Amino acid sequence: MFYREAGDFKTSYVDDSQTFPIRFDRWRYYAILAVAFGAAPLLINDYWANAVFVPFLIYAIAAIGLNILTGYCGQVSLGTGGFMAVGAYACYKLMTAFPEVSILIHVLLAGGITAGVGVLFGLPSLRIKGFYLAVATLAAQFFLVWLFNKVPWFYNYSASGQISAPERTILGHAVTGANTTASAKYFFCLVILFALAWLARNLTRGTVGRKWMAIRDMDIAAEIIGVNPLTTKLSAFAISSFYIGVAGALFFAVYLGAAEVGEAFGIQKSFLILFMIIIGGLGSIFGSFAGAAFMVLLPVLLKNVLVGQLGWATDLAAHVELMIVGALIVIFLIAEPHGLNQLWRLAKEKLRLWPFPH
Amino acid sequence: MKDMNSEGYTTADGRKIGGVLMEMKNITLRFGGVAAITDISFDIRDGEIRAIIGPNGAGKSSMLNVISGFYVPQEGEVWFKGYKRGPMKPYQVARLGIARTFQNIALFDGMSVLDNIMTGRLTLMKSGLLSQAMWWGGAQREETEHREKVEKIIDFLEIQSIRKTPVGRLPYGLKKRVELARALAAEPKLLLLDEPMAGMNVEEKEDMCRFILDVNDEFGTTIALIEHDMGVVMDLSDRVVVMDYGKKIGDGTPDEVRSNPDVINAYLGVSHD
Amino acid sequence: MSDQILFAMEVTLNGLMAGVMYSLVALGFVLIFKASGIFNYAQGVLALFAALTLVGFQNGQVPFAHLINAIFGTNLHHFGWHLPAVVAIILTAAVMVLLAMIVEKFVLQHLVNQAPIILFMATIGLAYFLEGLGDIMWGADIKKLDVGLPQGANEAFEAVTDSVFGFGLYIDNLDIVATVVAALLVLSLTLFSQYTKYGRALRAVADDHQAALSVGISLRFIWVLVWSIAGIVALVAGIMWGSKSGVQFSLSLIALKALPVLMLGGFTSIPGAIVGGLIIGMGEKLFEFFAGPLIGGATENWFAYVLALLFLVFRPQGLFGEKIIERV
Repeated sequence: MFYREAGDFKTSYVDDSQTFPIRFDRWRYYAILAVAFGAAPLLINDYWANAVFVPFLIYAIAAIGLNILTGYCGQVSLGTGGFMAVGAYACYKLMTAFPEVSILIHVLLAGGITAGVGVLFGLPSLRIKGFYLAVATLAAQFFLVWLFNKVPWFYNYSASGQISAPERTILGHAVTGANTTASAKYFFCLVILFALAWLARNLTRGTVGRKWMAIRDMDIAAEIIGVNPLTTKLSAFAISSFYIGVAGALFFAVYLGAAEVGEAFGIQKSFLILFMIIIGGLGSIFGSFAGAAFMVLLPVLLKNVLVGQLGWATDLAAHVELMIVGALIVIFLIAEPHGLNQLWRLAKEKLRLWPFPH
Repeated sequence: MKDMNSEGYTTADGRKIGGVLMEMKNITLRFGGVAAITDISFDIRDGEIRAIIGPNGAGKSSMLNVISGFYVPQEGEVWFKGYKRGPMKPYQVARLGIARTFQNIALFDGMSVLDNIMTGRLTLMKSGLLSQAMWWGGAQREETEHREKVEKIIDFLEIQSIRKTPVGRLPYGLKKRVELARALAAEPKLLLLDEPMAGMNVEEKEDMCRFILDVNDEFGTTIALIEHDMGVVMDLSDRVVVMDYGKKIGDGTPDEVRSNPDVINAYLGVSHD
Repeated sequence: MSDQILFAMEVTLNGLMAGVMYSLVALGFVLIFKASGIFNYAQGVLALFAALTLVGFQNGQVPFAHLINAIFGTNLHHFGWHLPAVVAIILTAAVMVLLAMIVEKFVLQHLVNQAPIILFMATIGLAYFLEGLGDIMWGADIKKLDVGLPQGANEAFEAVTDSVFGFGLYIDNLDIVATVVAALLVLSLTLFSQYTKYGRALRAVADDHQAALSVGISLRFIWVLVWSIAGIVALVAGIMWGSKSGVQFSLSLIALKALPVLMLGGFTSIPGAIVGGLIIGMGEKLFEFFAGPLIGGATENWFAYVLALLFLVFRPQGLFGEKIIERV
């Protein structure tokens, strides 16, 4: 009843192109922000932070990153895990080499370094298209993981071959290391996610976003109307890798604390993030959030039900999870190729006319 | 530097046509061993409507692709605005002020009509990556300015009601119109239309004819078009190039071309007995 | 120094043999891609699934035993029989055909006319599903597969090379069998597609779906057919790999190795799959032999991909693919 656009007149093009053109959406958005920033940090405990919220926030960053490359620019990448590893190891090297510099700067620099690596592996995209490119990105995945495994300089010659995050603080609160509180982890990741999501929204609604989508929808026509494919594709690779690198840095430094490259950033991670954006919705920022939430919550839920309630063995539950995830991917691609985002939009369309649909 | 102000001419309906805008000199284009275009020369003058006609497979579309930089000819020179055009990528050609539509509609199906037309202005938008990421300020202002221009074109082509519709859902005739809008949004000096009326019904053809004449009239855009409908071509165009088997067999005003025996042979066939 | 050359020869030989194995998997990819334009990521998992099923049949395992036990509290394991290898192979082939029908019915049919990249991602989903299904049906533990293929060093070859070079080169009997089988497979597939009615229909569909439909070829039947063939090729690959290194999850990772093979050979060329496989197999073994010790080893993990990547940058259509002319 209250979800209406009638009476909400737009008098300028600025009003017409805002993110939430319907007043109710706008208010709901502010309310969610208020809860996320105001209330949640006070209420959160270790279980919820580690099982749900922190991984959700970090995966959402990675999903936005991959969505920029795959959903907006149409270049499928299976190298996400490898790029997250670049972010993680860059962050680790920076943290240990310059302990006096703020962790926030390290995380952003790690993103920047990943962007550089991303551009390097993005160069072939000019010659290679479609799934040839998808397979080519596997080169990045396997090579990078191998590199961080075999070159001891990257893990500071530690005996275990692992990297572990030393304690770093922001404004007196530990955000990495063993003494970090749940709310500090949560809040740190939330701030970064919020800033990056906002930037991504701006990029995708403007000129750059249109160039990306033009390349995605029809690359030859895009070039003929004046889109430079080189700079456009590389900018998508750079920005996408920046996001993924930041996600990798946070995943290692804030969430895991210690990481071994093959385990934390293997090919499975690439697929996980890809699934997030397929289920959430290709070419949508909201979809990246929805997909990340879905893929984080699903295993938690299944584990609680199958292992917790029914008392099944964990490996059996894991296999059931594989089947469910696989089936869901296929179902989404068949029934709703635009993912949860589209379902959400349809629901809103219905709501707009509710309760008088005619 | 070539003399731009070589004398123009005045058309039958009294429009002034300027000097040479684009000149193709001895263009030859081959795919492997097959010659699609053989040694063709012609010019397009500022402000005129120039048609390229010919039977199927005559090399018309290839010619348009050479003009828009998608194919690079093996031999010959392309002159534009008095300069010889070096080997260029298609996106660089677009920045010179050459826009086009496609025979098989090439719109961006995942985007709305408005966004599609806005892509036409990409070559004119200048704000950098950082300012776009920040949005408030420069990028937003630029976006609004260009949106105003695009809205004028939307009004001009009478597609206000489908502004926010995803292009994929539109019927064929409207898609053609949106494609024209996208090309116009670039404010081109030279507009290339590849069979703008193919597959349209009579009413839609009339609309399209009107738009083409209006574009030429109001914006002073030079237009080069390929079309199969002879009636349309003869009505619309100031001068016509006729191609057959990759060769030029006629060039002149519609009346001259109509009475050219080679052209009649190519279209009606010659009796071989 | 001559030792070094002999070692390199042996490495080359073994690389070629490993390449044959890659080609076997790549062959399945090419078949499906040619007939339906689908890049079937699940091909490797098909091989794993086939091998698991084969072992299960042979040992008389109860399918879904773990699941049934977990739900009903029973304690099922085996039916208590052992099937002869031939019977088990035939049963497994039947299962693969059944699987092809199920895939066509529940997945492919609903994805007609989707973009190739969507289909590709769907097969990734399918791969996950089949992997979970295989594990639930037959258990995830590492299994030994023995269908009676000869194993171990080929002594005749060793003796001959010993007498020629004064150094016996090692070659596994299983690899020789794999090579013969691969050759037979390629031969019979070629004969099938050139000289049978269904083969001709298959090639027609590969060229143009719409046109094939309009002359009365049933697309659904062709898809089931081609997925069945791919399933049986996967079974062959599964038998070879399973006999060599046991049936376990890593078997499905050989699918990933087949991808660079395809990039080299081109997705539509059967000879390409073979030659690509040989190049990759030989290349990665030789690279590991010469460069591995200098840069830390285990280069097989990435060499194939980087080689394929570099190759594609210079020849985007692959070794045997057709040149791409872009049109508007």
